[in-house]
Amino acid sequence: MNRIFQRPASLLDRPTHFCPGCTHGIAHRLIAEAIDELGIRERTIGIPGVGCCVFLYHYFPIDVLEAPHGRAPACATGMKRAQPDKIIFAYQGDGDMAAIGTSEVIHAANRGENVTVFYINNSVYGMTGGQMAPTTLLGQQTTTSPYGRDFKSEGYPIRMAEMLATLEGVCYSTRVALHTPRHVNQARKAVIKALEMQNAEMGFSVVEMLSTCNTNWRVTPLEAIDMIENEMIPYYPLGVFKERTGKDFL
Amino acid sequence: MDRRLTKGNIALAEGAIQAHCRYYFGYPITPQNDIPEYLSRNLPKVGGVFIPAESEIASINMVMGAAASGKRAMTSSSGPGISLMQEALSYMAGSDIPCVVVNIMRSGPGLGGIAPTQGDYSQAVHGGGHGDYHSIVLAPASVQEMFDLTIKAFELADTYRNPAMIIADAMIGQFQEPCRLTPREPVVVPDKPWALTGCKGRAPQLLKSLYLADGEQEAHNLVMKQKYDIIRDREVMYETRHLEDAELMIVAFGTPARIAKTAIENLRARGIRAGLLRPISLFPFPVHQVHDFSIRIKKILVVEMNTGQMLRDVQISAHRDSRIFFYGRPGGGVPYPDDIEAQVVAALEEA
Repeated sequence: MNRIFQRPASLLDRPTHFCPGCTHGIAHRLIAEAIDELGIRERTIGIPGVGCCVFLYHYFPIDVLEAPHGRAPACATGMKRAQPDKIIFAYQGDGDMAAIGTSEVIHAANRGENVTVFYINNSVYGMTGGQMAPTTLLGQQTTTSPYGRDFKSEGYPIRMAEMLATLEGVCYSTRVALHTPRHVNQARKAVIKALEMQNAEMGFSVVEMLSTCNTNWRVTPLEAIDMIENEMIPYYPLGVFKERTGKDFL
Repeated sequence: MDRRLTKGNIALAEGAIQAHCRYYFGYPITPQNDIPEYLSRNLPKVGGVFIPAESEIASINMVMGAAASGKRAMTSSSGPGISLMQEALSYMAGSDIPCVVVNIMRSGPGLGGIAPTQGDYSQAVHGGGHGDYHSIVLAPASVQEMFDLTIKAFELADTYRNPAMIIADAMIGQFQEPCRLTPREPVVVPDKPWALTGCKGRAPQLLKSLYLADGEQEAHNLVMKQKYDIIRDREVMYETRHLEDAELMIVAFGTPARIAKTAIENLRARGIRAGLLRPISLFPFPVHQVHDFSIRIKKILVVEMNTGQMLRDVQISAHRDSRIFFYGRPGGGVPYPDDIEAQVVAALEEA
């Protein structure tokens, strides 16, 4: 009998710490599949941020550096400059990348650092209990926006993929979602493309993944899937915002 | 030995290159700008990497990435920038990642001024960042030591897999002296089997500082303490001058120690027997040396360019019967030799 589906070699067989219904696990699997497909596990180094993403090393049989909160793109910069032959990826949540780490990611992108950032946007600080993030949707209730996010006080949700796409150093910026099989397949292609472009030394690549946090959204996993479709995607449109076709630097 | 008239900051930067440091990341701040300027010119010539980072936070985290790769990496800054680096310094201490950080101090608090000062002693020696850790801290007092102690800092950082800091004031950084710009001994960079280089042919490796399971963090802290105890045991560096017959011991580091040497010569010409103990390593502090000399030399004068930071370490170290005096010039004030002489005379006159 032919085996047609199995756990990727780059994903360890471990009980997950993620909540039931969370899509971090899907993101992990997609990255592991891409590492397998490109045959790069032994020269890939992962750098998770702080938050639910931090336990990356628990799931991936690769070298891992744990970065301070928001600083993974700076750590990735130092590591890639020291080891240009390695594949370096950061794995950050929206609290990590779109709040405390905006400076580091913008400047790593602007320098065209040849690294990849996988950016999990679930619109809240997950690990600390669902506080409001810069990505929280207008009107969304969180533990620190109990009356719903109000633009008059908290401003508007920040669209990182679009913003990073404006920078010359970026070779690939896309937003995908992880809530249906069709979207997961699109995400899978984006993850592979980002790592391929790093392999081809084309510059900074970022894949934003709209992700569920049903626990902190206070909804069921199925309701969370609906919220991605009906609330997140209308504000955070899916698509490719930048894609270089060659090393066409200015 | 061939010596060249060299500026302190340049000697330090050349020391880094001679120590096989090939990765520098930094952000401009006075009075240390000669260091990044020199390295931006000279690192590319030896295949190194210089990145003008967007902030001191980014600088030190780039250092972390390069150092985690097993390479010698460094940054330099001054007061406000060093404050911004404390988070990552704590992470590196907690993750056993070696690095060298240079602080050419400016006075503070806040933006402060750029005249010679030693206001960052406590930050460097007694933590700075969060958590239960120490950086190794060296304090040069000459241009030659800027060169030699930079090489030493890389060596100590690698040996103990720990951040090492060099703290110097603007006087040491900015003045020029004849300096030998070749290492005293051949520089050897040790193997770093712990480095993150991709897991080809070996098990995956991890550098982290998160310990959540019951008892894990405590166990890790105790292992770190063992390391610090070994450092305290083996790595104390200090210099003495005229302590054999001294009736008063001046304790000073950096620029005030140099000024104290002039004061001591002047005093001795007047028949007043003063001597000097100059800590070169501030962590580890020469605790036993201060104690042992203080058994015989009852009076101690601590001279610093702050309001009394190393003073606490001298008070802890000295014999319980010691009489400890303090003379400090904070905020960019530099003592003159006759100021120190007057303090010595007054201390000796006290019953």
